[in-house]
Amino acid sequence: MTTAATSTSKMAAEPAGGLRFYGVWLLGILVLIVLPMIFSSGGSLTSFSLIGIAIVFALSYNILLGQTGLLSFGHAVHYGLGGFAACHMMNAVVSHGWPIPLPFIPLFGGLGGLAFAVIIGWVMTKRAGTVFAMISLGIGELVASSSLILRSVFGGESGITTDRTALPKMLGWSFGPQLQVYYLIAFWLVLSAIAMYALTRTPLGRICNAVRDNPERVQFIGYDPHVVRYIAFCFAGFFAGIAGGLAAINFEIANSAYLGAIQSGLVLFSTFIGGTAFFFGPILGAILVTYLQLGLTNLTTAWQLYFGIIFIGIVMYSPGGIAGLLMMHRPLIRAGTLWTVIPSYLVAVVPTVALACGVILAIETVARFSGGDPINLFGIAFIATSPVTWLTAAILVVGGFFVARLAWRRIAEAWDKAATVARDRGYLA
Amino acid sequence: MLELIVISTLNGVLFGMLLFLLSSGLTVIFSMMGVLNFAHASFYMLGAFFGFQLTKWIGFWPALVLAPLLVGAIGMAVERYGLRNTHKHGHVAELLLTFGLAFAIEEIVSMIWGKSPLDYRVPALLDFPAFTIFSTNYPAYKIFMLAVSVIIFVALLIVLKRTRVGLIVQAALTHPHMVGHLGHNVGRVFMAVFGVGSALAALAGVIAGPALVTQSDMAASLGPILFVVIVFGGLGSLPGAFIASLVIGLVQTFAVALDGSLASAFGPLDPSSGPSVLTDVWNVTIAQVAPIVPYVLLVLILIVRPMGLMGTRET
Repeated sequence: MTTAATSTSKMAAEPAGGLRFYGVWLLGILVLIVLPMIFSSGGSLTSFSLIGIAIVFALSYNILLGQTGLLSFGHAVHYGLGGFAACHMMNAVVSHGWPIPLPFIPLFGGLGGLAFAVIIGWVMTKRAGTVFAMISLGIGELVASSSLILRSVFGGESGITTDRTALPKMLGWSFGPQLQVYYLIAFWLVLSAIAMYALTRTPLGRICNAVRDNPERVQFIGYDPHVVRYIAFCFAGFFAGIAGGLAAINFEIANSAYLGAIQSGLVLFSTFIGGTAFFFGPILGAILVTYLQLGLTNLTTAWQLYFGIIFIGIVMYSPGGIAGLLMMHRPLIRAGTLWTVIPSYLVAVVPTVALACGVILAIETVARFSGGDPINLFGIAFIATSPVTWLTAAILVVGGFFVARLAWRRIAEAWDKAATVARDRGYLA
Repeated sequence: MLELIVISTLNGVLFGMLLFLLSSGLTVIFSMMGVLNFAHASFYMLGAFFGFQLTKWIGFWPALVLAPLLVGAIGMAVERYGLRNTHKHGHVAELLLTFGLAFAIEEIVSMIWGKSPLDYRVPALLDFPAFTIFSTNYPAYKIFMLAVSVIIFVALLIVLKRTRVGLIVQAALTHPHMVGHLGHNVGRVFMAVFGVGSALAALAGVIAGPALVTQSDMAASLGPILFVVIVFGGLGSLPGAFIASLVIGLVQTFAVALDGSLASAFGPLDPSSGPSVLTDVWNVTIAQVAPIVPYVLLVLILIVRPMGLMGTRET
């Protein structure tokens, strides 16, 4: 059923496919080049750099989660080891005077991540599913704790510092200014994204999907799922290492926080919120999560809680992530029935926003109850200790919840109708 | 030396029994529902914080009963409204739900009670040395903790082995579908088991809170060890979880107590060779290595016996 669906939609897209396919990539590259010219402030350059690193990292994670179905809670290990490898390499290049310019350093980061994946991966990937998840968590903790013991390699609490400008120049670029670092990250982002996309199109990428969906059948056709998982794990480790190397270049430091559980959790959040079923999902997720992370930390102390809530919401109501939600609309757009759904969406916006505001107000009330500074929600100031605030929050949450539930039911009905029409017209939902 | 061994054994058994209070619930939930409850350690933390707050309001003894009941109710709500709805999306989604939950609970706890350790005191009734061995006063509260864990252990054993409820739970461990076909409300059994598991974790939190540190990162630091315990013991095996809890508890307690290093055993390295990985390894004390010992055990068991000590089935 589903295979038939994809093959027909593919055939429909084939004639203009090549042009559109390369167009998307060229557009992406163009955006990366133009972005710093439009937003040239130091703050936005830093944000773009961080987002670029997060995208590479999230895409590498999706090789595991989305492509091969391996849920890892310790992916930051490869990221961190890549960062340390890059830092050590940079320091070695400077002290030995090797002619290796900075743009090649992320490759060594990748090799660092790959090396660890090669060593530990065979044991880890013996089993998939929950067991793998738990083992990855244990290995993550093991490496994070060991990094504090092996001081000569990991620099203890303070980490390893380096100086990216001390490396040999390339094309006259010293990589001192953030703009040059941004372009370096953008270059590696494009390179790794193309490589990872190409990987999904190879026979290996396809057999990874098969291992994710039905390992037993893969065994029947003569492949060993363990070997496939191991190879996918190594690739994921390599690209995570590249992301770590880029981070090391960007911050000029690598410390044990790179390897930790928080970093592993963030990449899981980014990838899953963005959506694991589509290649561009982790890209969306990494942009959103990094942007929220940078934006929310200035606004509220409880920003991690918002992540948690968004994540739980996505897991429960939209396991396909944002990309899955967006792509659900494609058959409707093609069939021209999207307009029948939009009114219900507009109706649902009001109670949903009210519910969200109520939740935000409630969280901020608790967070600032002892602090005393007022909550500024869309220009309206609320005092955390005043009962008026509590009442407003309660009304918004309870009222918003019940009205939103009705509205969302309406959306579901309208959606079913539109999807049925689309299916009748030959566009499978 | 003998003193160290006796005291460490006592502490190790105590820590092991606490771990078992947590891992028993986790492993039963895992075997029945296929869900690795990431938030299990968070329920333990909630137990400690609820225990602290209720102790402040109504005293320790009511808190000892009330806090686990409250957390048990939260656990049941999580199963009923969270996991049951997520079940259709598969085990990974369920695992991720509990992961998000663990994250959110930690944030909520640190939002309400702050990030610094709480002043959760041993109740006055139990604040005296129980006995003295080799000049060390062993606190009565630790004996109380040990007693509570042993009582719960025995009660759990009786319920599982000697009652009808236990029979259903045991059957559901290995053949959940068959139990459903026999007409038992598997959904309600799941909810009850989830609730009881959470309540046990909370009980561990209430009694461990005053003895260990009550802090918003206590779930994050204990959670991974818990997973080591159930993988080490063999997924879905209660006896395995029991043995693994004791092993991990003893090993970690002894590791913390021992101060030896390779340098103290074989003499220092030649200082002229400068700092390297070797000197790090040479000079690190066993106490410093203690946090990573459970994970080393995990890797070893995976290489030697991938299904764990008493595990029988592949997942």
